[in-house]
Amino acid sequence: MDEGELVGAARSGDRRAFDELVRRTFVDTFTLARRLTGNEEDARDVVQEAYLRAWKGIGKFRGEAAFSTWMYRITANAAASNVQRRRRHRTESFADDFEPVDTAAEHMVSQAAESAEALERISVALDDLPAKLRSVVVLKDVYGMSHEAIAEELGITVPAAKVRLHRARRKLRDVLYDEGAHADAV
Amino acid sequence: MRCDEVTALLPALVDGDPVGFEVERHVETCLRCQAELARYRRLLRTLSMLRTWYAEPAPGLLGETLAAITDAAEHGARRTLLSGRRLAYAGAIGGSALAAGATAAVLIARSRKRSLRLAG
Repeated sequence: MDEGELVGAARSGDRRAFDELVRRTFVDTFTLARRLTGNEEDARDVVQEAYLRAWKGIGKFRGEAAFSTWMYRITANAAASNVQRRRRHRTESFADDFEPVDTAAEHMVSQAAESAEALERISVALDDLPAKLRSVVVLKDVYGMSHEAIAEELGITVPAAKVRLHRARRKLRDVLYDEGAHADAV
Repeated sequence: MRCDEVTALLPALVDGDPVGFEVERHVETCLRCQAELARYRRLLRTLSMLRTWYAEPAPGLLGETLAAITDAAEHGARRTLLSGRRLAYAGAIGGSALAAGATAAVLIARSRKRSLRLAG
């Protein structure tokens, strides 16, 4: 079954079709949740919340975009809610247990060793950004979402999204290129 | 225009956002700002490479997520069933009340008729 057929069946209430969509997009959605939250624990909550929202809202999904793209928006929204909830309960902490794995073997094989190091360094730098800045730079520069979509899902204005993006890029640039010896690795 | 003024605008310029003719002209002629812009371009390239660098979900998380959806779906179905039953109960109570009212009205009407006959 292709994605369109699965979406059609899921919209009619077919749980098995929806489960298949979850299986096909799970690693991608989890990766986005992990990047947006900056830690494993919150990513688990966000990914579950995102799929629950998707199940409840699948009837409204028209299939104009890919299911995975729709999931990005839901995940971004769920992560924003998670950050707000966390902020009420504790100060933000950053876990160091992120273990990225290569599930796109062909792509990664072609990357030089220093590129892998660069990706690791940039992942750590992203985790260390404040959540507000991290979410915007991840959605725009990693996942290619539009400013308008980002603003809508995060509940901010487009100019605010741009300001956060530019601040995030400046911080990343400072962290990655102002450290002398490692600067050329990225 | 000074380099520090231009540098502040480079995170926008790297997207091709309009930042003004003066800024663009400065970058065209300033090696320092060109190098800085190149760093931002490199940053964006590396960020876009993250798109295919996946994080491994904890074992069992997929199963937990599917189970959570099942719970939510069953909970929703139970709620629908309960509201259906509530409606049925309400309907039955309403129907009984209506029937009781009608019976009472018939009895009252009959007793009135009988009283009138006796009086006549």
